[in-house]
This record gives sequence, C-alpha cells and structure tokens, in this order.
Amino acid sequence: MEVVRLRVNGDERKCGVPAHYTLLETLRYGLGLTGSKQGCDKGDCGACTVIVDGRAVLSCITPVWEAERKDVRTVEGLADGTEPHPVQDEFDLNGAAQCGFCTPGILCSSVALLDRNPSPTREEIRTALAGNLCRCTGYAKIYDAVEAAAARLGE
Amino acid sequence: MRKVDGLAKATGRARYTDDIRLPGMLHGKILRSPHPHARIVAIETSRAEALPGVHAVVTGRDMPTTFGIIPWTPDEYPLCVDKVRYVGDGVAAVAAVDEDTAIAALDLIDVTYEELPAYLDPHEAIAAEAGPYIHEPRKPGWNGNVTKVVKLEFGEVEDGFAEAELVVEGDYLFEGTTHTPIEPHCAIGLAEGDGKLTVWSATQVPHYLHRELARVLEVDPARVRVIQPPVGGAFGGKSEPFDLEFCVAKLSMKTGRPVKILYTREEVFYAHRGRHPFHMRYRTGATREGLLTSVDAEIVLDGGAYASFGLVTTYYSGQLLTAPYRMPAYRFHSTRAYTNKPACGPKRGHGSVQPRFAFEVQLDRIAEALSIDPIELRRRNFIGPNTRTVNGLRVTSNGFLECLDAVEQASDWKRKHSRLPYGRGVGVAGSTYITGTNYPIYPNEMPQSGIQLQVDRSGRVSVFSGASEIGQGVDSMVTYIVAEELGVPLDHIRVLAGDTDFTPVDLGAYSSRVTFMLGNACIEAAKRIKVMVQDAVAEAWDAKPGEVLLAGGWAVRAGDTATSMPLREAFNLAEAKFGTLGATGSYNTPKDVHGDYRGATIGASPAYSFTAHVAEVEVDPETGFVNVEKIWIAHDCGRALNPVLVAGQMEGSAYMGFAEALMEEQIFKSADQGRAGLHNAPSLLDYRIPTSLDTPELESLIIESIDPEGPYGAKEAGEGPLHPSIPAIANAIHDAVGVRINTLPFSPPRVWRAIRAAEAERRSQVSTPQVTAAAGVK
Repeated sequence: MEVVRLRVNGDERKCGVPAHYTLLETLRYGLGLTGSKQGCDKGDCGACTVIVDGRAVLSCITPVWEAERKDVRTVEGLADGTEPHPVQDEFDLNGAAQCGFCTPGILCSSVALLDRNPSPTREEIRTALAGNLCRCTGYAKIYDAVEAAAARLGE
Repeated sequence: MRKVDGLAKATGRARYTDDIRLPGMLHGKILRSPHPHARIVAIETSRAEALPGVHAVVTGRDMPTTFGIIPWTPDEYPLCVDKVRYVGDGVAAVAAVDEDTAIAALDLIDVTYEELPAYLDPHEAIAAEAGPYIHEPRKPGWNGNVTKVVKLEFGEVEDGFAEAELVVEGDYLFEGTTHTPIEPHCAIGLAEGDGKLTVWSATQVPHYLHRELARVLEVDPARVRVIQPPVGGAFGGKSEPFDLEFCVAKLSMKTGRPVKILYTREEVFYAHRGRHPFHMRYRTGATREGLLTSVDAEIVLDGGAYASFGLVTTYYSGQLLTAPYRMPAYRFHSTRAYTNKPACGPKRGHGSVQPRFAFEVQLDRIAEALSIDPIELRRRNFIGPNTRTVNGLRVTSNGFLECLDAVEQASDWKRKHSRLPYGRGVGVAGSTYITGTNYPIYPNEMPQSGIQLQVDRSGRVSVFSGASEIGQGVDSMVTYIVAEELGVPLDHIRVLAGDTDFTPVDLGAYSSRVTFMLGNACIEAAKRIKVMVQDAVAEAWDAKPGEVLLAGGWAVRAGDTATSMPLREAFNLAEAKFGTLGATGSYNTPKDVHGDYRGATIGASPAYSFTAHVAEVEVDPETGFVNVEKIWIAHDCGRALNPVLVAGQMEGSAYMGFAEALMEEQIFKSADQGRAGLHNAPSLLDYRIPTSLDTPELESLIIESIDPEGPYGAKEAGEGPLHPSIPAIANAIHDAVGVRINTLPFSPPRVWRAIRAAEAERRSQVSTPQVTAAAGVK
C-alpha cells in the first residue's frame, strides 16, 4: 500500500492504494466514488472518463500517480450542492440517459467541453464525445442535451 | 416528462451491481477453457486452494445439474463437468480476498484436457450425422449437433410459384453480432447462516434466475432472493442465467461470505448469447403487379455451443416474417446447429432481424425487376389491420401504411430514389415485431406480469414492480400510469422494483413485453384503488362515485369544481372506509390469437408493432466505404406513453441496426489462423461499435395506431425499429452504386469488390469502349 494525495471534487483526499492502482480503481475502491464506471478497463469505452485539471481523461488507464496532487472532478462533483449541473438536468429532460452506465463519462466529457468552449456546434459536440461509447441512445438525445445545457449556461 | 431515475443516473447516484460492496466480500474469478472442444480428464485444485488469500475453489462437480432458459433444452452446467464446448467455457471458479489473488489462483488450477475435433461451421456440424457430437442426442437416433429443426408450410407454396410472373432467388449470410452493453455482467452472492441465499445480478430476468438458482443449487426457492439493481444495458444479452450467478452463490455457500464476480470485457464477448449467424436462401414469387404469391425459405442457424433460446430462435426465424405483407403461401425450413463457439441467443429483434434483411432485399429486387417504386410495392402488399397472417397470427392495430407515408414524405423519397447521382442513394424497408409473447417460457397458467400498489396516509403511492429496469424506462412507465389513473403528482410515487422478496412476478425485460403487460397490470391495480377512493369521497359529498374525478393531486366533483379536496384527504377517507389501501393487478395474454398446429404459439403476440425506414447513403466507389447520412425511422408504437422515451428507443434501435449493417461482426478464428474458436476481436476497440462520429443522423417519426388491447393503446418500441435499418441500407447501396451485397456487414472491402465485379461484368457485356468507371451508369 502507498498513500496517494488527490484533490477530488474540491476535497483534499489521502488514500492508501496498491502501487499499481489506476485512478478509476482509486476512485471506486479507495474513495467509494462509484459514479465513474468500468466498462472495458482498457480505455476503449469512455465510461470511466473524469476531468483532471480541466481535461477529460480515461481514468481506467491513468495510473493514480499521474493524478497525484491534481484537481480531479467526477460525476459526483458536477452538481452545485443540491442543484444539478445544467448538463445533468438536460440529460434528464432530454432522455439522454437510458441505461445510464455511459452517462457519468459522457457528462464529464461534456462539461470539459463546455468549460473550454461554451457554445459548441453540433459537430464539435460529436467530436468531443467520440471517445465515449453509448450503446442505448444512438447519441442524438445526448447532443440535444449538451446543446440545451450550453444555451442555459450562456443565458 | 422526466424519467423517475433520470437524475439519479445523471448524478452518479444510481447504484449498479458492481457499485455494491458488502462487508467481508470476496472476489471471484472463473477459469475458462483454452480449447473449443475437449474432454476434461482431470482438474487439480489443491495448489490454488493452498494459495494464501484463497477461500474456496469450485468445479463443475460441485453443481452437477444442467440448466437452460428453455425447459426442453437444458444442456449446460454452471461449470463444465465432463466436456468443454467453446474457448471460454468455464471449468472452475475461485473466491479470494481480492481480485489479484483470485487471478493468481486461476494459474494454479491444473486442468488436463483431451482435445476433440471442433466444429466451427454449422453445415459441417449438421452433416456429421453419425458424430462425433457436441452434445449427446436428446433422443436415440437424433443428431447431437442439431438443436432444433422446424419445417412449416402454409398455403399452396408451389402453386404460388407456378402462378408467379417473377420468381426472385437469393442467398444471404448474416454474420452474428453481439450486444455489448457498456456494463459488463456482474453478480454478488450472499449465503447466510439461516439458509437464505441472496443474489444481486445485472440480469433482465430475475424471476427465471430465481427459479434456476434454486433448482441447480438445490435450495428451497422460498429461501432464494434475487435483487436486480439498475442494469447498464442488456439488449437481450442478460436474459438467461450465466455461470457467474451460480458461482457467486455456490462460493458464498462454501465460504459464508459475500462473493462478487465481475466479467472482464473479454468474458462478455465470450458469454455472448447474441445474434445467430444465419445462412439463408429465399425464393419469392410475385405477380406482374408486384403482389406476393409465394415465399420459400431455407435457413441454417449457427447456434454455438449451447441451446440458450435457440429452440425459439429457430421458430422465430420463420414465424415472424408473415407481416406487414400479405403472403398467400409460405414455407420455411430452419435448422439450428451446435458449433464449438460461444452460444448464440436473443439479441434485440430476436430471430427476425436476419430474415427481415434478406426478405426486404428480395422485395427491392422484385420492385426493380417490375419497375415499381419500392414503397409502392410495399403498399400494394400491405396486410391491413384486424386480420390473420398466413401462419395464423392475429394482427389487430396496424399503422404500417402511415409509417410508409411518413418516411416517404420526410425523406423526400420521390425526388431521390433512382434520381440521385452515382454514389448516392436511398433505400426503404419495412418490418413488424411482437409486443410480448403469448406464452411464458415455462408452461403455466399464472399471469405473465403482476404489480402491487400501496397508498400511504401522506398521499404517496408505492409501486412494487417485478419488472426489470434496463434503461428502457419501465419504472417511469408505471409511474406515469399511476399518476394518470389516481391523479397523484409524479413526485408522490415511489417505485420499488427488481427484488423477488418484495415484488410480484414479472417474467422479465425481453420480447418487448413490459409496457404492454405490466402497463395493463398497473392500470388494473390503480383502477381498483380508484374505485375505493371514488366511493369514499362520493359518500362524503353525497354524490355518485362517477362524479368524483382524481387529477393533479386533487379530488374534484365533476361539474362543480368548487367541491374538491386534496388527494391525501380522499385517500384517508378511503382508508377509513375500506381499511389499509392497496391493490394488486395482473395481466395475462389472450390465448386464441394463433393458428392450430405444432409451434403455432411461438410468434403469437397480443399486438404487433410496425416500422418503416428510409436510409440515405453515400458510397465511395474508390474505397467501398459506405457513409450512411441519415435514417428516417417511422414506427407504429400504438400510443406513445412518453414520446421522448419512444423516440429514444427508435433511435437506439436504428443505431444498433446501422452498426450491424456496416461495422460489427462476432467472428472467430479458424485453425488456419492459429487458434480455432478464438474470438477475433474481443474488445471494444476491435469489435467496432459506432462512436458519435460513426453514427448517422436519425429522425424519429412516431406513428400512433392506438392498439385496442394495449395500455392506453400502447405497443412496443424497443426492438421493432431495429429491423429495417439493415435492409434499408442494403437497398440504398444498390440505389447508389447498383450492387447487391448479400453478406453482412457491408464493409469497405466487400463493397469495393462488389463494385469492381459489377464493373467487370458491365465491361464484358458492353462491346463498345465508351463506358468508363468514372462515367458510372446506374
């Protein structure tokens, strides 16, 4: 066991983990933050996507040491207290989450996109989400949700 | 309308099976066969058992009872006992303190195999009538490499061909595909000292799992509890018991501690139960006007190592083709072979997606040969509502013509079909699908779906639902129905679902049955409560019960809106008068909706959905790359209880069909490629499921035919809209570049070769040299 220090959703956290742990394993098994999902464990599906220092990264292929002392945001940290992030709310309103398993990763990719590009085109949204596989929706309702959230954030 | 679980899923609060951690939980792993077909000579587990941190090892001998989702074909063990039948078949399982130790322990299990010849080709398996067999024949003299043969004939098939002006023949191959839900299968077992066994599982059939766990593990079913947390995608891939569910239960029974097994992504590909490869030959006869006279099909299904749902698949391969077009005569002969590959089963559109591909291409060829517009040809053959198909299925509501009209108009079909420049084209296809099956998987007279409602003094209504939420929105569906019937605000309704200790039986989330069946059960239960509430309030108001309306959180007197009371008070009055307020509701199917012959019940449904698609494609003749630009999806779902969710099902279905048309294939290496039976690409990188950049634009056009027996007229939306994607794309490719590709997927090499072959043929037929490839005549 080694001790890793992370800033997760605004909290300074210390966690004892085996040296080979990924960021995803640390979040899920070490810190109990099970919102980020494991779909493939090799960086193919994007369900594990979290935001590290403002960039969407695949936490299942990120050794936890690469995130040490960095700022990590997961799906649990997107809301403002009890107020969901507009992207979260719009996912609900637009039926963008069916089974919901890819949703945490897609939300993180979307928030990372909107933080650096507040009014993306549909094509830019498609490109930003190209690393996140969704097997339920055919993606259309996801684009609708991200566009609606961008509009709300721009108001 | 929001989904009841929408925000939980959008905030990471929804807890899937792998998100559950129990105190003292052990982690399990399954050792899998490296051989496609081999006898197990010996398994030596003592070295693994001695590894520090290992708490238990089990093998097939610990659970020597066969199971199978179809009661007539139980042919698998939780872990193999005497033989392995595919690369990936489970032979032993361990439970250890952590995953790393469990993986290390697998390496210490010594299995001695005696390799047997493997069948990878279904035709070879069928031809080996005298063996060697993959399974012992179920009856003496039968071929142990065949699961099921179905031969059915309706009407005068040969007369129909004799009358036909045109007979089109074609051979088609649909390579198998798999479901690839993003959530891998996961299960947790907990055996407690008092003899109770609880299994949490990412399953879409908790009731069947409950039965099979009890039977195979020899535990009283009254002591078995199955809990189904939210499921992260299923598509038919979690609709029967799997080895991990038996293993976590048995390992927990041995250790007294909770045990979890989570499949790796590779294991999900080997667990499979996905779309069967179909080798199909069709003959289709038509009059000069394009009316069908006769249809004849010969189909070989490549079933893989176990029966799974294969008996039903074999029937479905023929039975579900007989609408939306009238067929005066029809024959099919389907044979399901066993092969030494992962077992095939039901994938979204079970058994009928493959024949629909072939048949709709046949129709396109007839339209072309007779110079009839392909949409017009389909209109002419429309079977109509309130009728029977040639194989005796009762059809009630039918909005197929409206579906054709909708896609024709939305796609601007008339200006596009056969009028676009070389390399661009549009194609159409239609289909039908069942809304649930008329008979349960195991014969019984009990309801197919049940629900219980309980009213709290606070005004809250609790819904106890046995149905499986797999993302389709069933928990939301029952919430909307309770709100509609009792006038309760949505946020005063709680759904407690997927726990066999608390909820009435629903048979599972398969065959598009849940909205129709559970919805009707829910209406029945809610009406029972409504009657009591109306009665009690009417007494207080000195009114007639029928004058008491329940809406928007209030009880209101009809024609006198000044007389009203909050619903909570109305519920309290009813409780005072009738006692604790609750009701159950159930639904069972009508039983006279099919023909009278052996197998007639398979394919019978209380209602059928109808779909039409138009796909527009661009084909690059230089590379063979097909870009599907857009798919218009018109689907008759009866009534759309929540149009957003219906459209989501339509888009997800069309996406999945598109994926099967162009990208996906579940294929295995041959001996020549080094390792017979090894999966070609068991990862989400190499088994190519579409990303956001691959997926075409999808436009949903909801058609509401209002079914007479559906809840508020609703039918299914989850599977039907997948079917036409594939033939619509095939027909669009033909419209674009003039070639027919009868083997899936339409990958660039396949399309490129077809274009080259067509050009070579054209050159050989044209003596003058002025036709060049670039000129491109359609």
